Amino acid sequence: MSTSTLPTTPESQRSYRPYARPLVARLLVNREAAIIGLLVAVFAWSTVNIEAFDGPLTLYYLFLDMAPILMIALPMTLVIITGEIDLSVASIVGLSSVLVGIFHVDMGLSIPVAGLLAIAVGTLAGLLNGFLVAYVGLPSLAVTIGTLALYRGIAVGLLGDTAITDFPQKWTDLVKERIVEESSYPMVLIPIAVLIVVFALTLHFTSFGRGVYEIGLNDQAARFSGVNVERTKLFLFALTGAVSALAGIYYTLRYGSARGDNATGLELQVIAAVLLGGVSIFGGRGALHGVIAGVLLIGVISSAMRLEGETVNKINIVIGVLLVLSVISTSFLAWASGLRSARRWPWATRPRPDGTGKRSQS
Amino acid sequence: MSGPSDPSGSPLTLELRDVAKSFGAVAALRSGTLEVRPGSIHALVGENGAGKSTLVKVIAGVHQRDAGEFRLKGEEVDFGSTSESKAAGVAVIYQEPTLFPDLSVAENIFMGRQPLGPARRIDRKRMYDGSAALFDRLGVHIDPRRPARGLSIADQQIIEIAKAISLDAALLVMDEPTAALSGVEVDRLFAVARSLRDEGRALVFISHRFEEVFALCDEVTVMRDGEYVSTDPIVDTTVDEIVARMVGREVTDLFPKTPAPVGDVVLDVEGLNRTGVFHDVSFQVRAGEIVALAGLVGAGRSEIARAVFGVDAYDAGSVRMLGRAVRPGRPRAGIEAGMAFVPEDRRQQGLVVDGTIARNVAAVIRGRLDRLGFLTTRAENRAAGPWAARLEVKTNALDMPATTMSGGNQQKVVLAKWLATEPKLLIIDEPTRGIDVGTKSEVHRLLSDLAGQGLAIVMISSELPEVLGMADRVLVVHEGRITAELDREEATAEAVMRAATGSSGITPMVGNPASASTEEVKA
Repeated sequence: MSTSTLPTTPESQRSYRPYARPLVARLLVNREAAIIGLLVAVFAWSTVNIEAFDGPLTLYYLFLDMAPILMIALPMTLVIITGEIDLSVASIVGLSSVLVGIFHVDMGLSIPVAGLLAIAVGTLAGLLNGFLVAYVGLPSLAVTIGTLALYRGIAVGLLGDTAITDFPQKWTDLVKERIVEESSYPMVLIPIAVLIVVFALTLHFTSFGRGVYEIGLNDQAARFSGVNVERTKLFLFALTGAVSALAGIYYTLRYGSARGDNATGLELQVIAAVLLGGVSIFGGRGALHGVIAGVLLIGVISSAMRLEGETVNKINIVIGVLLVLSVISTSFLAWASGLRSARRWPWATRPRPDGTGKRSQS
Repeated sequence: MSGPSDPSGSPLTLELRDVAKSFGAVAALRSGTLEVRPGSIHALVGENGAGKSTLVKVIAGVHQRDAGEFRLKGEEVDFGSTSESKAAGVAVIYQEPTLFPDLSVAENIFMGRQPLGPARRIDRKRMYDGSAALFDRLGVHIDPRRPARGLSIADQQIIEIAKAISLDAALLVMDEPTAALSGVEVDRLFAVARSLRDEGRALVFISHRFEEVFALCDEVTVMRDGEYVSTDPIVDTTVDEIVARMVGREVTDLFPKTPAPVGDVVLDVEGLNRTGVFHDVSFQVRAGEIVALAGLVGAGRSEIARAVFGVDAYDAGSVRMLGRAVRPGRPRAGIEAGMAFVPEDRRQQGLVVDGTIARNVAAVIRGRLDRLGFLTTRAENRAAGPWAARLEVKTNALDMPATTMSGGNQQKVVLAKWLATEPKLLIIDEPTRGIDVGTKSEVHRLLSDLAGQGLAIVMISSELPEVLGMADRVLVVHEGRITAELDREEATAEAVMRAATGSSGITPMVGNPASASTEEVKA
């Protein structure tokens, strides 16, 4: 039997506008645009007002410093959009750093081979996170707090408080080299640009990406529509592990030092940047261009304040306040526009079952 | 039964006039009018989507009205929040109360206003004594010291009522309080309600069970499609009159299944088993046929459907589509075999309510909308638009979130999403639950048309008239087993109910269509 099953109401062919708001409003009135605007404003202000901000080294070091955060923020965005979180990323960076050192210096493997092995281990670490979250059904916050300690413990356990520093100059120079002589753009931006393109296309222009959002908004409905929720989450955690390991290789080569405590606390910087970029911690909302702007905004503020001679503590205070304000602004805007959504505050009283919701019978 | 008491000169406890409330483009309430006298129990009835719940939420301060008058004890009020309405003497008791499960009963009653002793310590003794006194007044026996966890829904409601009395609420609104109660519990609730009325309080009682409305209430207000229809003393009206006003049309028009030629076997379920849930379930569905799974709520009908589609796993048996085995436990496998599944809980399972209409409609088919692996919003819109149009989804634009839509409109989105897959088999669980009457008959006509075009349909419904009107064959499920298979001619209300209750002697009351399904109890 293969007849078409279209309902026969051809006369009722109404058509809909694709968007409720005009293009300009859609492009400009959203959190991503606000963060990009703020980034441009802070950058412009700093260029005018801060001496040496427009010098050749500012952007160069900004990119070098922010590179690991930018890399890890990409898969982290996808993980947070599904409504999960991965706190073990910095520990995977540390583990990967130690492994690169051991594989290269102690075992004599070349840097690319050592790096690939480290990425493989990072992927396994991510798979363990993903397995426990997606298939065992444990909360990701608890799982990754556990593996944060576990992976860091292994990393420090392998090397103790020693560091491996005998890395070939060729490789340590390569990551710091500029793409074009005298420009502000270090080589590491090339793999990052590739990753950004891949992640942006995956999240925003594939069926898989739509599934990521649906899982964050309502995983049950996603499952009922044929999205493989468990496999998607497993894949995202594994991907996060792999990219974190890649960041670990970069970290090791940039500082020429493999240590167990490398990148301690980086996970919070990554998550802060992702949230600043407009991703909802409750899942389902956010966009990659906002996250990239969020990372760069933190970078610009840090370097501007450093050039002004401010301490790291003051920089942290400013970024912390900014993050809190950005979270408040979401709630404030939602409140102001009269949108009542249980999603914003999942711990608040659930809306009462109304006539269209669940009822046991009529 | 006494008529509404109306002490001369005393103002109405509650007076709502032409209250309107819209969510986005959807007018949930157009002109809600409700007048409740002190010392009376007032029934508010209407089909789902008639605007009752929205009206209650306006009274409770959950929603703020867009227009209309709202007076409490003669004074104009404007509640910005639920705490303001509570302070003004309004208490709303919901079908499923929300207590703090780990706190004691007394702590729940005195939440936020615990009696304080010396040095601002909570005076537990006064709290327990106060609770006990309240329960004595209500004539119920609940230990104030026990935790709220594990209390029956009925006891939880009593606690909410006790809380309301301790706040000296003048108006109690009970939103379908009896839906989850047993007969004895209903009697106790009614006794409490009457004693509150006799104290001079005003009560609003929302129910779909007419026997309860007629047993308890003094007056009845009917709403339809967000509008006020009528208010009458209960003694001056009849069930038939009220039903006619609620639906606004002849009830017989609701189920227009037209006969369709029956084709080959599409779905073949053989010996399906899931221990403790359903047992040895076998049935076939042919093209052009509507097969209804009838039975009590909790009999295992939805669970069977979920296992067939692949959302749930099963222990033994097989599911075949057009002769081919379908891999169990994977919705994707069911979809690829040509199944579509419109689940029971629209907001949690049927659609992503915060997602846009276009993405919801394209959710299942988007895998084949991509080009070179890339999917664009434009492609989704192009695919979703015509399906939304065919089902006459009411919306301004395809990027509106489904949250703001009415239940009926949301159901159309779910149907559009599944019909877009051009399925061979449609499993539809409670096709018209929570949707307005107009959309209800649209859905019925659609199902009938689809069957006419050769779609095989499995329909689960708790509404007996819907089952009897739509189904070519009725399979009755009782405690996880198919206990009867009835042809259209054999399927009478009595035959279905007898098989559904597993008894041969009971002849359940099936007086009128709107109350027939109230026979169903939660198992």
